[in-house]
Amino acid sequence: MNKTPEAISVQSKDQENLLVLLEEAQNKFGYLSQELMVELAESLGISISEVYGVATFYSFLYTQPQGRYVIKVCQSLPCFLKNAEMIIKSLEQELGIRLGETTSDGKFSFQLTNCIGACDKAPAMMINNDVYVDLTPDRISEILKACE
Amino acid sequence: MPEKRIVLRNCDVIDPRSITTYLDRDGFKALEKAHSMAPEQIIEEIKASALRGRGGAGFPCGLKWELTKKSPGDEKYVICNADEGEVGTFKDRYILERDPFTLIEGMTIAGYAIGAKKSFIYLRAEYYYLLDLLVNALSQAREKGFLERFDIDIRLGAGAYICGEESALMESIEGKRGDVRYRPPFPPTKGLWGEPTVINNVETLMNIPQIILNGAHWFSQTGTEQSKGTKVFSVSGDVKRPGVYELVLGSRLKELVEDLALAEKVKMVQIGGATGRIIPYDMIDTPLSFETILGAGAITVFEESRDVIDVVYRTMEFLAEESCGKCSPCREGTEVMVEILEKLTRGEGSERDITLLEQLSEAMMLSSLCGLGQAAPNPVMDSLQYFRGDYENRIRESQSGVAA
Repeated sequence: MNKTPEAISVQSKDQENLLVLLEEAQNKFGYLSQELMVELAESLGISISEVYGVATFYSFLYTQPQGRYVIKVCQSLPCFLKNAEMIIKSLEQELGIRLGETTSDGKFSFQLTNCIGACDKAPAMMINNDVYVDLTPDRISEILKACE
Repeated sequence: MPEKRIVLRNCDVIDPRSITTYLDRDGFKALEKAHSMAPEQIIEEIKASALRGRGGAGFPCGLKWELTKKSPGDEKYVICNADEGEVGTFKDRYILERDPFTLIEGMTIAGYAIGAKKSFIYLRAEYYYLLDLLVNALSQAREKGFLERFDIDIRLGAGAYICGEESALMESIEGKRGDVRYRPPFPPTKGLWGEPTVINNVETLMNIPQIILNGAHWFSQTGTEQSKGTKVFSVSGDVKRPGVYELVLGSRLKELVEDLALAEKVKMVQIGGATGRIIPYDMIDTPLSFETILGAGAITVFEESRDVIDVVYRTMEFLAEESCGKCSPCREGTEVMVEILEKLTRGEGSERDITLLEQLSEAMMLSSLCGLGQAAPNPVMDSLQYFRGDYENRIRESQSGVAA
């Protein structure tokens, strides 16, 4: 999983910053399990629903296990105008899974996301924290192969 | 050609990984000059420049700083809003990729002016790949001693459009759900952790060093009566040359879309993203300014074959999904609009649906807690105003049993 960069300095206020802690936990464990959220709530002395509320608010936080590589295809208008639908179909074919699913070997998960700010090089997608632009069905194969 | 690179003056000129290349272009001279001025003088200069926020709201920057400076508080903050979630907007990404130093300098000047020692860059999670670059730029600035009296931390978002709204952004930095706050109080009075806070868009802060170096008078010579300076536009969609363009405010949409971005057979243009305006091609001569039409400058072009109702439907889907859910007008209103529009795209609908859209729009504009809900009706209302025929044809087809 991705290392939390040192830039996200955990200052004294942050010892209790729920969002920062959830992001760190997700980096370590890949997703936020129920057990993890309960433990976090207990250690911070806050309600489980508060932890759950923050965990489910942000689309980049997951409460279900994900593949090692989480593919997020942009579904917003500028990418739609540049054939994002074809990219989605290509991915479905290459991976053999539908949106919202994970491959049986646990390698890839596949979902939609909203505008990622790459509209000048649409259609675009993210795989974990990396952005891939100017996508074509051919490039999809190459990109997936390069994911070890 | 109305292209004028003030904000973008260093982009593709300096090396964003080397502060030396920035120093060679008058880098941090504005900060030096600022330190020789009283904070009040700096604020007066920014006020005199008439710089307005570049993130979409266009609030007078100098006034924001002044209110924050005057508010009592022990620990004030500067926040740079680098959430850039508005659909079709990527100018801040472009800027951060190429010139993080001007941003750092702008923030530092802001901090000095309002009396803040701490600040944050709230960077959307989708721009995570820029983190290294920013961290590197900050550490070089620190090494050179520019961040002695004022430091900058980076806080990441986690995939929530509403966290580009200033109050939801602050909630997010505080570690909570990105719920919108009731206002008043506004950030200059009570912002981050209840302290006086200045929140400015990336592009707004990028303007600061040049204004300090060249003076307010220099800045206010460009632009229109109520919109001074330049604006960085993000152009995408059905154009041959998508990308970032910086133009003098008051330039016409036609110059941007047709002359620079090479669009042809345009049906309509969406200006300001999902919460922006939609205008038909016959208004292509409209000047781009705060007093006419602007937003944060996202320009998405749709050519003749595009389906207006589908465009509006997809826009509403986005807004309904991203609504924080706190206030009923937005949470419920966007959902109902999505349902109605989805019916219409499938070729099912009636005149009653249009009436309902109009009534909902009014209610949402009047009573939503923030700009998302207040502006969500824009694409619906604009498309009904300029493309009502498309809606009526769709309804007529569905009622006569002809496929849409």
